Amino acid sequence: MSDARPTTRYTEYHPRWYRPRVSTWWWLARWPYLKFILREISSVFVAWFVVVLLLQIRALSRGPEAYAAFERWLQNPLIVLLNLITLFFVVFHAITWFNLAPSAMAIRLRGKRVPDLVIVGTNYAAWAAVSVVVAWFLVRS
Amino acid sequence: MAKQSNEPVLWALFSAGGVMAAFVIPVHLFLLGLAFPLGWISAPSYEHLLALVRLPITRLYLFVLCFLALFHWAHRFRYTLYDGLQIKHLNELIFFCCYGGAIFGTALAGYLLWNFR
Repeated sequence: MSDARPTTRYTEYHPRWYRPRVSTWWWLARWPYLKFILREISSVFVAWFVVVLLLQIRALSRGPEAYAAFERWLQNPLIVLLNLITLFFVVFHAITWFNLAPSAMAIRLRGKRVPDLVIVGTNYAAWAAVSVVVAWFLVRS
Repeated sequence: MAKQSNEPVLWALFSAGGVMAAFVIPVHLFLLGLAFPLGWISAPSYEHLLALVRLPITRLYLFVLCFLALFHWAHRFRYTLYDGLQIKHLNELIFFCCYGGAIFGTALAGYLLWNFR
């Protein structure tokens, strides 16, 4: 990408910055790059979940008929497919997030660093516990 | 260009939203988007959900979930466009749309939950 401002001066020893143009599709070149972009795109599906949640809250406040219509909308095959893809991405987000947790928080106990595996394991255990609690509130026959 | 001083706050919101999204969104989405509509698990009744959302603590939880998840999206999506597609010349517009969208969604969540009858 060309920079409009003349920040680089032409000198004898440093003739010109060498800046190769990176392709827009650079993230298709390698699996780690693609994984990075997929992780970034997971945020779009996080936002989609918020949209569904807000639609549910609005339908709830409008009464039983509106809520029944919302439930029918959720049964639309296209919406089910979209939610299936969304589930894949939010689980992908959760897994990559928890696996990075040891790098984000280096916890020390009695001067020794807590092993990465313990931090990751604790996160997964907490994830399971939180999921059970949320499900306990929502699943009522 | 975004002011440098905003960045730590926006990153903290992104990070908090990431934690929140990782812990609770998969189970919410699995139940609401797949298990209930497809009949794998019997869906909660309208009355049960209404009673649940009428509790102030539930509404606070839902508000925080929407708020943090949206700011998580705003930060990550902004950098996806910035790094992934390299549309740096639209930086201000992207910044405005991402955080504007998050603020709008948060305000909408606040309005819906505050006025929930």
